[in-house]
Amino acid sequence: MAMKQTPSQTVGPYFAYGLTAQQYHYPHSQYAGGCLVSERTKGERIRIVGRVLDGNGDAVDDAMIEIWQANAAGRFDHPNDAREARPLDPAFKGFGRFGTGTMPDNSFRFETIKPGAIRDGVAPFISVTVFGRGMMNHAYTRLYFSDEGDANASDPVLERVPADRRDTLIATRNETATGVEYRFDIRMQGDGETVFFDF
Amino acid sequence: MSQNTPRDWASHPRYISPDYKSSRLRGVSRNLVEIDPELAELTGPAFGEEVVGPLDYDLTRNGRVNGEPLGERIIVTGRVLGENGDPVPNTLVEVWQANAAGRYVHIRDQHDAPLDPNFLGAGRCVTDDNGEYRFITIKPGAYPWGNHPNAWRPNHIHFSLYGPTIATRLVTQMYFPGDPLLELDPIYQSVPAESRERLVSRFSIDVTEESYALGYVFDIVLRGVNATPVEA
Repeated sequence: MAMKQTPSQTVGPYFAYGLTAQQYHYPHSQYAGGCLVSERTKGERIRIVGRVLDGNGDAVDDAMIEIWQANAAGRFDHPNDAREARPLDPAFKGFGRFGTGTMPDNSFRFETIKPGAIRDGVAPFISVTVFGRGMMNHAYTRLYFSDEGDANASDPVLERVPADRRDTLIATRNETATGVEYRFDIRMQGDGETVFFDF
Repeated sequence: MSQNTPRDWASHPRYISPDYKSSRLRGVSRNLVEIDPELAELTGPAFGEEVVGPLDYDLTRNGRVNGEPLGERIIVTGRVLGENGDPVPNTLVEVWQANAAGRYVHIRDQHDAPLDPNFLGAGRCVTDDNGEYRFITIKPGAYPWGNHPNAWRPNHIHFSLYGPTIATRLVTQMYFPGDPLLELDPIYQSVPAESRERLVSRFSIDVTEESYALGYVFDIVLRGVNATPVEA
């Protein structure tokens, strides 16, 4: 029997004690946060840092970001990805969640690994979902890596994006004293509005 | 061919719904770029019982300090289904809500209404083989907000669901039947008229438990997934 989708509603300003309780120090458990890795996780350690900017360019302090990614071998930890040639990593699930209300600059931060390309001919990327007060629907985007210039240049999804907007999807690599950091600001509106996807 | 059913934009609000003030600067303003779903969109995180505490389905008990929370005890239950009508089993359902006085535990909520030391207002559970979930909680109160003069949010419970892939992700709000604030609420009214009522739970005497709690039913329909595992 065909059913109709339940409409989306905003996550509102008060998600923190339900969805990101430990990050915000509320007395409720939290099963996914900003750190996706342990010592045993395979792959290059990276940190992703960014802000969610509104139409005035102000950093939003009550957005929530979720990321989903393949492991270092380019495999997703999910039954629909049954490619045995690419090993699962028992120390990596590939999902993270972070609210923008706890850092002084309203940033989100993920400690993760750089994913492998999920197949030949595509660039490595991380799927990013944006929720927030004022967002009636969540928005999907992707994070690509600035040090993957050749792969990015021939990536079939990036090719679908108008050339003058592609750089909104490229996180900038910086070598810092505390490791490799990629900067990825998300602009909801205006000049340089991040490309959001429908699929 | 593996696929997700499309996001049904006729059922969902627009990103920018001007009567909901904060959507004006935060809603996506340019057209979405359509892409063909591949493995990234046909997979997603799977969380089950391992992330659910033994009392997390019962919000009248998981935040107790020294007694029962105040307010009207209710049961909220329903099925999580795909658009094809198939149940979505073993998927995590998370809720959060105001207390009976219309006050959230969240530090940003400065509404002059009492906090309840015995009510946290957050819970989670996992759907069973039939896609059913069930919470016991306190009926949330209405509360004022700053959207426009004399603005009040109707009674509501926030829901967050995953479903099988990142494409099926849904965050929404459940409302209560007969609430006079619904027609005045720009967040509820942002939903197209023909799909709005899907957000309103229905009272059920069958779910209601004698001498214990009224019952409300709220079924949730996610995008459908028709995926064949990729083997090589």
